[in-house]
Amino acid sequence: MDLPCALPVIPEFREAKYPGPRAARSTERPWPLGPGSRAARLAGMTAGARKVAMVLLVTSIGWTAPAWAVLPDEILKDPALEARARHISRELRCLVCQNQSIDDSNAELARDLRIIVRERLSAGDSDGEVLAFVEKRYGQFVLLRPRFGLQTLLLWLAPVLLLAGAVIVLIRRGRSQAGTPEATPLTSAEQARLDELLAPEDR
Amino acid sequence: MIIEIGHFALVLALAVAVVQMVLPIWGARAGDERLMAVAEPAALAQLALLALAFAALTHAYVTSDFSVETVWANSHSAKPLIYKISGVWGNHEGSMLLWVLILALFGAAVALFGTNLPRSLRANVLAVQAGIAIAFLLFIVLASNPFTRIPLQAEGRGLNPILQDPALAFHPPFLYAGYVGLSTAFSFAIAALIEGRTDAAWARWVRPWTLAAWMCLTLGIAMGSWWAYYELGWGGWWFWDPVENASFMPWLAATALLHSALVMEKREALKVWTILLAILAFSLSLIGTFLVRSGILTSVHAFAVDPRRGVFILAILVLLIGGALALYAWRAPRLQAGGLFAPISREGALVLNNILLTTACATVFIGTLYPLALESLTGAKISVGPPYFNLTFVPLMVPLLLAVPLGPYLAWKRGDLAGASQRLFAAAGLALVALVATYAVAWRGPWLAPFGIALGVWVIAGALSEWATRVKLFGASPEETLRRARALPRAAHGTTLAHAGIGLTVIGIVATTGWQSESVITMRPGERTEIAGYELTFRGVAPRQGPNYREQVGLIAVTRGGAPVTELSPAKRLYDAPRQSTTEAAIYVSLRGDLYVVLGDQLEGGGWVVRLYFNPLVRLIWLGAVVMAIGGALSLSDRRLRIGAPRRARGALPSPAE
Repeated sequence: MDLPCALPVIPEFREAKYPGPRAARSTERPWPLGPGSRAARLAGMTAGARKVAMVLLVTSIGWTAPAWAVLPDEILKDPALEARARHISRELRCLVCQNQSIDDSNAELARDLRIIVRERLSAGDSDGEVLAFVEKRYGQFVLLRPRFGLQTLLLWLAPVLLLAGAVIVLIRRGRSQAGTPEATPLTSAEQARLDELLAPEDR
Repeated sequence: MIIEIGHFALVLALAVAVVQMVLPIWGARAGDERLMAVAEPAALAQLALLALAFAALTHAYVTSDFSVETVWANSHSAKPLIYKISGVWGNHEGSMLLWVLILALFGAAVALFGTNLPRSLRANVLAVQAGIAIAFLLFIVLASNPFTRIPLQAEGRGLNPILQDPALAFHPPFLYAGYVGLSTAFSFAIAALIEGRTDAAWARWVRPWTLAAWMCLTLGIAMGSWWAYYELGWGGWWFWDPVENASFMPWLAATALLHSALVMEKREALKVWTILLAILAFSLSLIGTFLVRSGILTSVHAFAVDPRRGVFILAILVLLIGGALALYAWRAPRLQAGGLFAPISREGALVLNNILLTTACATVFIGTLYPLALESLTGAKISVGPPYFNLTFVPLMVPLLLAVPLGPYLAWKRGDLAGASQRLFAAAGLALVALVATYAVAWRGPWLAPFGIALGVWVIAGALSEWATRVKLFGASPEETLRRARALPRAAHGTTLAHAGIGLTVIGIVATTGWQSESVITMRPGERTEIAGYELTFRGVAPRQGPNYREQVGLIAVTRGGAPVTELSPAKRLYDAPRQSTTEAAIYVSLRGDLYVVLGDQLEGGGWVVRLYFNPLVRLIWLGAVVMAIGGALSLSDRRLRIGAPRRARGALPSPAE
């Protein structure tokens, strides 16, 4: 989970630059902070600096503030349909957030998307049709599970290729592993020291 | 004044690092004892100087010195003391200073405890360590100086409230100790390449450092996950976020390294691979730092907006990783050697472990960076999210977990798979019982989850049964068993615990993913609802004043079968500085799982949005991680790893007849 939609400019992500006395005075900020909110401008940052600032965070502290996901009024009456809606929601990205699905996000856009998903489902669309509908409107960026295709060939095949590669290397090495001598063998004193160190538990 | 002393110490540490790098490496080449001997005092001096710098910055935070830019930007005078202190590393500049401080700590530890290392190896290790320090100290001094002064301000801008939390106060130091601890393995690898040889003893020297780093990483990641779980307010504990992946990749690599170093130590095999893994593990830590610090994660364009820091870290990355890999390509062929072994053997099992772990690590790596690469190459924007990682990572983990209990049962060189399987009969039986029992309880689905539970039980039972076999738990008198348990090396106990810990985590993950119940409703005072066998009555909401926040606290009475269980008070907080709201989930912990309640907004008409979750067995996720870390600590305390310690008399302990 990363930057929340409603709180994109938290001090963590703020460029720690002193903006000069004028801007510094207005540190009191309204909440909640929307993207490009007045608060962010008041903090004396250019749009670019804000963007960068948003991600200049401690490696560890990449997470976020509360998220408000699904609200009671969105929930469908039919539990089976609602379950499908939730499932689809987890596959769709909130476009104005960083790495949040619309199921987790509290952004307006995410809410709109959740409602669209439910409308389509209620109209009788299959899960695939709903995803295709949303993808058509917002592009493939909205899909958290990229479609298998030319552009994502490597992404999807990589695990299989790596595994196969490792096995092939292993088999070939196993065949040609007729002990090449070591470059700098241990001196006898070192070998003795080593044996002494390793002695107690080596069988 | 104190700030200037800290600043001065920081720059002096950079100078000392240069000395610590140049002289010992030269000495090791020329065989000059005096030059090599510079390394240890230099490492200690570096630690002292950086500790001084860090103390100076901490002092500025504690006394709220708002003439220092980072203090002004990230602290507030009304903050509780603990968060003033944790605020030191709760921002970019301070966290980088913590990074180099921990680096110096590990360097000094090598200097102090590595007295039994060969002279030249120790000199080279410390020199490489100093090289890393130079890169990062330059970065700090030139591009992210924590001691920059500004005109004195009346009040600071405050620390992000969601970071004002005990788990998060200690999460970064642990994580950094893990990241930076891997630098020691890296330095050992580079030193081995410089010297042109490695051997079993090298593997043994590297293992405790890797183990220590691995433990810290395990705890650090678990802490972050736990914090996300209770603070973010919807009970999620892992999100496959790039920032999480950045910490998870080094963990996977370190886990693989621990196991391959074992093969190298016992069998002199996998040398070249182990060296590579040591380089990769730390490289992934650096890449993680780069990913998060450069801003490249939001978008390729964000990186170009303020390239100073990003480019700097990228340069460090290219220099260190590229240099290390180039050195590896040049020197590694000379290291070629290794014992032969059959595929079915302890080594074979550990190789399987390495293949699966590194493939998993590479998958996470590719999944994290693919969108960036694709966008910069073709301009196409795609998202790679949790569905992708679940689909690729989990299938790689299943065979690994299936194999975990088998490994320790196989003998070195040539193992007996049939024999090992036979001895795991009991564990397999327990797993089967778990499978059937889970189906009986949760027949409504999801149908895969019981297999996951059985897998977790298999790992735990397998680990315990291996331990039981070794101490003859059921085959000998209690005295004999006790004697055997005492004689068993601590590392063996550690292995058992660490493996069992994985099983616990797996069970926690499967249970909470498969059977979480959730309910999002609007409640008015007096209304009742039910979830997972609990009845909840909403009593209302009252305002309350905290030290640096105001909050609205809901009160919910919980009963089960009519009997009172507990009262929960989820809250919504509004912090004074910066003005931000957080949710404080209320959690009732029971053996079955967590009842997790979150208070939402008030709607028109007086109702409140309330979110209720029941997360079965979710605590096992973090309990498992803690058990793993304890296993690591036990292994670390194994006297066989303390090469530097004076050898005890042989008669003192019966030599373990492993």
